[in-house]
Amino acid sequence: MSLQAATPSNSAKQATETNRVLEVEDLQTYFYTRSGLVKAVDGVSFSLARGATLAIVGESGCGKSVTALSLMRLVADPPGRIVGGRVRLEGVDLLGLDEAAMRDIRGNQISMVFQEPMTSLNPVMTIGRQISEALILHQRLSHKAALMRAIEMLQLVGIPEPKQRAREYPHQLSGGMRQRAMIAMALACNPRVLLADEPTSALDVTIQAQILELIAKLQRELGTAVILITHDLGVVAETAERVIVMYAGRKVEEAAVGELFARPLHPYTRGLMNSIPRLALMRREAGQQRLQEIPGIVPALSNLPQACTFAPRCAFADDKCRGQFPPYQEKRPDHWAACWHSDRIAEKVNG
Amino acid sequence: MAVIDHDAELARAGANVRGWMGGIFFFVRRYPLGAVGAVLMTIFVATALFADQISAFDPFTTNARISLAPPGGEHLLGADFMGRDVFARIVYGARISLAVGVGATAVGCIIGVLIGLMSGFFGGWCDLIVQRLMDIMQSLPLLVMALVMAASLGPSLTNTIIAIAIPLVPNVARIIRSNTLSLREMPFVEAARAIGMSETRIAIVHVLPNTLAPLIVLATAQLGSAILVESALAFLGLGVPEPHPSWGRMLSESAAEYVRTAPWLVIFPGVAISAVVFGTNLFGDAIRDILDPRQRL
Repeated sequence: MSLQAATPSNSAKQATETNRVLEVEDLQTYFYTRSGLVKAVDGVSFSLARGATLAIVGESGCGKSVTALSLMRLVADPPGRIVGGRVRLEGVDLLGLDEAAMRDIRGNQISMVFQEPMTSLNPVMTIGRQISEALILHQRLSHKAALMRAIEMLQLVGIPEPKQRAREYPHQLSGGMRQRAMIAMALACNPRVLLADEPTSALDVTIQAQILELIAKLQRELGTAVILITHDLGVVAETAERVIVMYAGRKVEEAAVGELFARPLHPYTRGLMNSIPRLALMRREAGQQRLQEIPGIVPALSNLPQACTFAPRCAFADDKCRGQFPPYQEKRPDHWAACWHSDRIAEKVNG
Repeated sequence: MAVIDHDAELARAGANVRGWMGGIFFFVRRYPLGAVGAVLMTIFVATALFADQISAFDPFTTNARISLAPPGGEHLLGADFMGRDVFARIVYGARISLAVGVGATAVGCIIGVLIGLMSGFFGGWCDLIVQRLMDIMQSLPLLVMALVMAASLGPSLTNTIIAIAIPLVPNVARIIRSNTLSLREMPFVEAARAIGMSETRIAIVHVLPNTLAPLIVLATAQLGSAILVESALAFLGLGVPEPHPSWGRMLSESAAEYVRTAPWLVIFPGVAISAVVFGTNLFGDAIRDILDPRQRL
């Protein structure tokens, strides 16, 4: 059992009981593979206030997507299984529900936007029909009524000529339009929580901004809470209120977005920030600095040592890091991190 | 660098196709062989549907006076040894061929789709058993399998349809299963799960429509072989019983005795069978080209 599991979620303090729409406690999703036990999500806890935006950040393979799939209970079994924890949506523990009850929740109270708008829509079904599906399932609307509502949704997500678009097939829409349609599909039943798993990664930069703005706008209008999963810190800074940084299946840092960017307390977070290209770096007068990277790669999630998992890639690592897993502690008010040397890291940033 | 005539290129791609007449004209230009197939099939289907109007004679009435009458004159394609009008029998025979061809293909496809979809989408031990069963069925040629079935079921129209439909099942089930296997890993299936659809509904609403293109191609190809097998069964005396006119049996009745003395009794049913099978195959090829996603723009 990881140390993180013992500590209660910090955001719980500021969010009152009733204000919390989603509470995740000590979520553990393991994969039973040929190469051994992979703890893809290992004791992650957080809570989400109504209408708030939480970002989960980390590089590929850190467990952020599996966290999202676990919340939806869509982890492929086998090889994956949610082995522990609680996911409470409006007080209901999703992990305790049977499959039929869970289907009523999916797309209705919690829904998801996927990374790939190109392949996440059925190529032989019209856009309108696909958005209607969720409405027919959950709100028992007739096909006609559902289609009318789907057209309204298309209008809401800013697709021009929604009536005509509803009759078109996915290949007739551009990538950005398709992602808008995906968002319309996810929000059709007005869910409490929207999981956006890298919603802009497959889109080009100008469209990215539009999609993020759209999600923020709809969030304000519909009061949906959003969990934004991304590896792009720029996206985080623009949209999120709170940030969780994940590494190797665990939370390594959590804070409000301003605090995190001002004072990262975990070397991994710092590394992520330093590895964003800046224009100043490219100018000659800046002395042609090289773009910093985090050395090494994410460790294989099977057979992680009982020590800091980031230690092999960390400039600050010493024997203590390599011997003991750092506790996940509140280092500053409402700013949590799992690092033995967070004070040294804070100094370095400020100095 | 050659000069590119944009208008000609656009015309070739079908940009200026207007209306259904234009669509037909474009199809004929683009797929001339397919158009021949389509014409043959249209004639075949129309003959079967309007047999009453087309033929002046009854296919069942015997008339000893015109026994083995040569083609020409009142009886366009002559008469057989019982004095039945060959043209009428061929025209009415189209009904049998169409019924058996379409019936067997439809029944075979429906069963095959159900089996393939279940086997591919849900997998597991059910998939394993069903696929081994399909292996066994596929190890026998279509005709042999149909022969055994027809012989055990006895001669009748329904039994002939069943006897041909069952051996078609494994081919369809295979194609649908392999398509389903790749489709079930598609993100849109995951997205459908994420809006709360049940697995069965996903299989029917999302996976099945995606397998229709290969199914249509397969079905048109099967249609030809179903018609051919029907003729073969009838030729061997296992098809639709007398007095119903079946092209295959018209051949077998006359092949041994009259092939020298009254060759029209063999030639015309033979031509009918060949034309129809040729037509369905040509049309099937064109359909395959049209539905091939790599060619669709």
